[in-house]
Amino acid sequence: MNETTRDAFDQALDSREVRGRSLYVDAWHRLLRNKAAVAALVILTIMIALVVFGPMLVDWDHEIPDWDNYSTPPSLETGHLFGTDALGRDLFARTMIGGRISLLVGLVATLVSLLIGVTWGAFAGYVGGRVDNVMMRIVDAVYAMPFMFFVILLMVVFGRNIFLIFVAIGAINWLDMARIVRGQTLSLKNKDFVEAARACGATEWQIIRRHIVPNLLGVVIVYVTLTIPQVILVESFLSFLGLGVQEPLTSWGALVNEGAQEMEVAPWSLLFPASFLAVTLFAFNFLGDGLRDALDPKDRQ
Amino acid sequence: MRFWLVAVVLLLAACGQGEDRAPEAAPVLAEPVEVAFNEAGRPVDEVLADSQVVHRGNGEEPQTLDPHLAEGVPSANILRDLFEGLTTNAPDGHIVPGAARHWDISRDGLTYTFYLDPEARWSNGEPVTAEDFVWSWRRAVAPATGTSYGRMLSPIVNAEAIFAGDLPPEDLGVTALNDTTFQVELQDPTPYFLGLLTHHTSYPVYRPAVEEHGDSHVRPGNLVSNGAYMLADWRVRSRIELVRNPHFRDAGSVIVERVVFYPFEDENTEFNRFRAGDLHWTYQVPSSQFQWLEDNMGDALVVTPWFGTYFFSFNLTRPPFEGNLALRQALNLAIDRDILTERVSRFGEIPTFHLVPPGLPEYESLDVAWADMTQEEREAEARRLYQQAGYSAERPLEVELRYNTSENHRKIAVAMAAMWKQVLGVRTRLINEEFRVFLQNRAQRRVTEVFRSGWIGDYQDAFTFLELFHSEHGRNDAGYDNERFDRLLERIASERIPASRRNLMAEAERMILADQVILPVYHYVTKRLVDPLLQGWEENVMDHHLTRHMYLVRPREVGVEEAAEPGEGEES
Amino acid sequence: MLKYSLRRLASAVPTLFLLITFAFFMIRVAPGGPFDSERALPPEIEANLAAKYHLDEPLVFQYARYLWQIVQGDLGPSFHYRDWTVNDLIIQGAPVSFALGAAALLLALLVGVVVGAWAALRQNRPTDYTVMSLAMLGISIPNFVLAPLLILVFAIVLGWVPAGGWAFSFDRMVLPVITLALPMIAYIARITRGSMIEVLHSSFIRTVRAKGMPEKEVILRHALKPALLPVISYLGPAAAAIVTGSVVVERIFTIPGIGSYFVQGALNRDYTLVMGVVILYGVLIILFNFMVDLIYAWLDPRIRYDDGETA
Repeated sequence: MNETTRDAFDQALDSREVRGRSLYVDAWHRLLRNKAAVAALVILTIMIALVVFGPMLVDWDHEIPDWDNYSTPPSLETGHLFGTDALGRDLFARTMIGGRISLLVGLVATLVSLLIGVTWGAFAGYVGGRVDNVMMRIVDAVYAMPFMFFVILLMVVFGRNIFLIFVAIGAINWLDMARIVRGQTLSLKNKDFVEAARACGATEWQIIRRHIVPNLLGVVIVYVTLTIPQVILVESFLSFLGLGVQEPLTSWGALVNEGAQEMEVAPWSLLFPASFLAVTLFAFNFLGDGLRDALDPKDRQ
Repeated sequence: MRFWLVAVVLLLAACGQGEDRAPEAAPVLAEPVEVAFNEAGRPVDEVLADSQVVHRGNGEEPQTLDPHLAEGVPSANILRDLFEGLTTNAPDGHIVPGAARHWDISRDGLTYTFYLDPEARWSNGEPVTAEDFVWSWRRAVAPATGTSYGRMLSPIVNAEAIFAGDLPPEDLGVTALNDTTFQVELQDPTPYFLGLLTHHTSYPVYRPAVEEHGDSHVRPGNLVSNGAYMLADWRVRSRIELVRNPHFRDAGSVIVERVVFYPFEDENTEFNRFRAGDLHWTYQVPSSQFQWLEDNMGDALVVTPWFGTYFFSFNLTRPPFEGNLALRQALNLAIDRDILTERVSRFGEIPTFHLVPPGLPEYESLDVAWADMTQEEREAEARRLYQQAGYSAERPLEVELRYNTSENHRKIAVAMAAMWKQVLGVRTRLINEEFRVFLQNRAQRRVTEVFRSGWIGDYQDAFTFLELFHSEHGRNDAGYDNERFDRLLERIASERIPASRRNLMAEAERMILADQVILPVYHYVTKRLVDPLLQGWEENVMDHHLTRHMYLVRPREVGVEEAAEPGEGEES
Repeated sequence: MLKYSLRRLASAVPTLFLLITFAFFMIRVAPGGPFDSERALPPEIEANLAAKYHLDEPLVFQYARYLWQIVQGDLGPSFHYRDWTVNDLIIQGAPVSFALGAAALLLALLVGVVVGAWAALRQNRPTDYTVMSLAMLGISIPNFVLAPLLILVFAIVLGWVPAGGWAFSFDRMVLPVITLALPMIAYIARITRGSMIEVLHSSFIRTVRAKGMPEKEVILRHALKPALLPVISYLGPAAAAIVTGSVVVERIFTIPGIGSYFVQGALNRDYTLVMGVVILYGVLIILFNFMVDLIYAWLDPRIRYDDGETA
């Protein structure tokens, strides 16, 4: 599941390790020159605004069925802009609510994996030696484990609970992050400016906070943008297995799965959530690619 | 680039679907010719298709084909073709002689003497003897076998004690009087006993094969069976293929030469295979497709009442439902069954307030008062009871509604939660659990409040539903514990006069309903697609369809090719 | 090299042990048991079944028994498919899964690399954008949407291929293989494009070009090989992605592989079957990653494993 990120990092890794603060300003300007990335950014902003405020725009609630209009196509007359699902629930409202869940799952799971991965990787890289060796062996070992199996087992064991989905996915997705951060940290900690800081009497904690972390920011940002879409897809896979979020809440994955069952009789129930899902994943991926390019001064123009 | 073209085509296809509602791909189902029969009641050769290979979709992969260990409808379907009990089902579901040609029942209804068909043969040509039945039934009740459906034989003398390990299997009340005469002693008169004998737990198994091969005696090559078919091939999660058993006692009447059962994990997949012409018979149909099916495949869609009830149960051992009759009734009345069946389940399920499905020849449910009200009256009554139970808009009930993972359960649960909210203001938390977790939670009664239940009768008698609520029944997940009810059940079991037995059962059912133990929703229907060329079967309430009654007929038009060999070439 | 390989393989043993231990105890923690059913079993029968499968022993004993069993190559009886052993089921299903996975991987590599390289050569031109957008689409459509769409279009509307079922034949394999390969194609194309661009801008290629070598030769002979390195290292995760994807594909196309046992086994609490599949996949992923490393080393002259440090 982590393949793009890995690739992103392999490339980001080769890039300059040490940059001044202006680097991020530079990067921002480079990003703004990338039309695809800017478009992606705009789309994502709109998308987030939509799922946050969208449900307030319609009269329909995402959980109350409209018994007179079940499985009806989009229509201005009934007020169901995206039509209704098999139970007569407004698909616009549900798509928006589903978007909230999907984005939230993506974000939180990514943050969980970030937290574990950065801590693990930075610690291993910074301490080095035998500790590093053991910690990385553990990462290697976990790598060999069939990831999806554990997510499924976790869902089975602990029941369905959104919070758990976040944590489960995040807890398993941290390996790449750990590897990348470790690599970065290893190379950073021997750099002159770190030595200099140390010579000036800075504590280890200060060094990590002032010098190591800011310099990791670039890879982390890229990682986050490229991991979120993957997590959203994992969630949709769980929904396909019937292990996703609980009714009456929903997610894009769950909606798309329901829609796929009825794609012939009620194509709108697939089309709308699927487009939202695809556009979002699309935008995240473009943004991630753009960020990677922008943060990598070894310009590819 | 070719590849991207495909992607584009797909996208266009997806968008195109959005435009017009009725996509083409109208299924090509050939119309059958008029069927003529000869004097023996067998269709004449001229109408029969050349190839008599039937392809049946069959739900999930069977856990086992050992008749004494099997459970679930998919394995039962296959076992009915492979084996034959003392009695069997006619196409319309009636109980007719099977391995036994006829039988005597003693006056007191406690002794059954079966006279085996002298033509009855195992698939290796050996005769089926009374001793085979004695050995098989002892095996079925022996605790070491681990029979899941042992209950089916429990009316027999000593069966219960043998299950419990208190008596050896040899003490079971069955005897072989001679090679072809088999006698059974019952504990209580059991009017539905002959019906139990169509169930796979009562099928004979071939002793030498079981003893030689042990656990693997049911694999192809090892399995010896006494039914119309024998096992030819079994690819796990792919296909189970049976061929005609030449030694079957009535082999001459069997027309279909081969039958292939396909397992499916997904109803849409099965539906697609049927549309593509790979199947003659499906196990189910996707629940969301009713309208489409009716419009496009009306000839193939078969919906039949089934001997089962879909209901929800209240956990009577915990708050909020413990001792709160008014609340249970309020929730029961607030549900609009017509909406649930017409707009949610949609396949013509029969909305109900009862536990026992209609259509039993010997039974009629007693009316409950609220069945005759209008829905408005019921809702008004529900609101009154809700208040009476101490809840109101300011102090709403918060309740957990639990169901196991399935599209249909999900939809029903969502709709019910919405109805409770709209009518009473109840706040419902929907909890969807994976099946095993669900079963365990139900049985433990520690966390459940309202939960999905449902029951398909094991035998054609109201008792199969009523016994579930005996305080000591293993599936009494509601925790109904009513001594009067228990005693009533015991009286039913020993009652010899049919009319009084019937009255007692009706009373027992009414007791469960009046106590609001369950919230009945509808009586099940079976729904499937059947190729119109496949004939000889009839709709029946038990949903038993033996392949040996079926045959494929020629399509009507001369020019049209016959439904060419579906499934052929697969898994060579 | 040999020494490295042996050491690598030896280090797989503790990894596998960890995997087995973890999976064993996790599946046992799950509520419910393999013999639960809607028709409640009498307690005596349940006890008998438990005894038959040694489920009545303390968990640690069961664990030890299980370890001893697998050392002997016996994965035990399946608890759910009671007429079969786990070995039987895996022997029946694994060739199917392997054929499917290998075909998908090959297709993805072939198409992905060609498409990616092609986009790189036309960097920032319309072709590049179109191709890469399409590639992204492959990542953005969940395979459980793609699969039924493919069936609808190619099996039902057009009638070109069967709607499902399995045989080692082109017509039955083509749709599942495409479904499995599509997201991988997208990833591989992106990776190839990125690394190709990088390589094309390297001083090394500039030098080669300066020497006047024909462009075609520059690309095929000098640029492609280093550009493939990141693709090779993607193959490890790709194998894992196939496992996940095959769960969906097997279900929708009714393919009797072992992917579904992953999910079905867990849901049925078929302890032994789940363990068997987990172990098999664990071994495969380890082996696969190992092979990937070897190929990587072979392609990349900078990496040598002789000194023991895994670069």
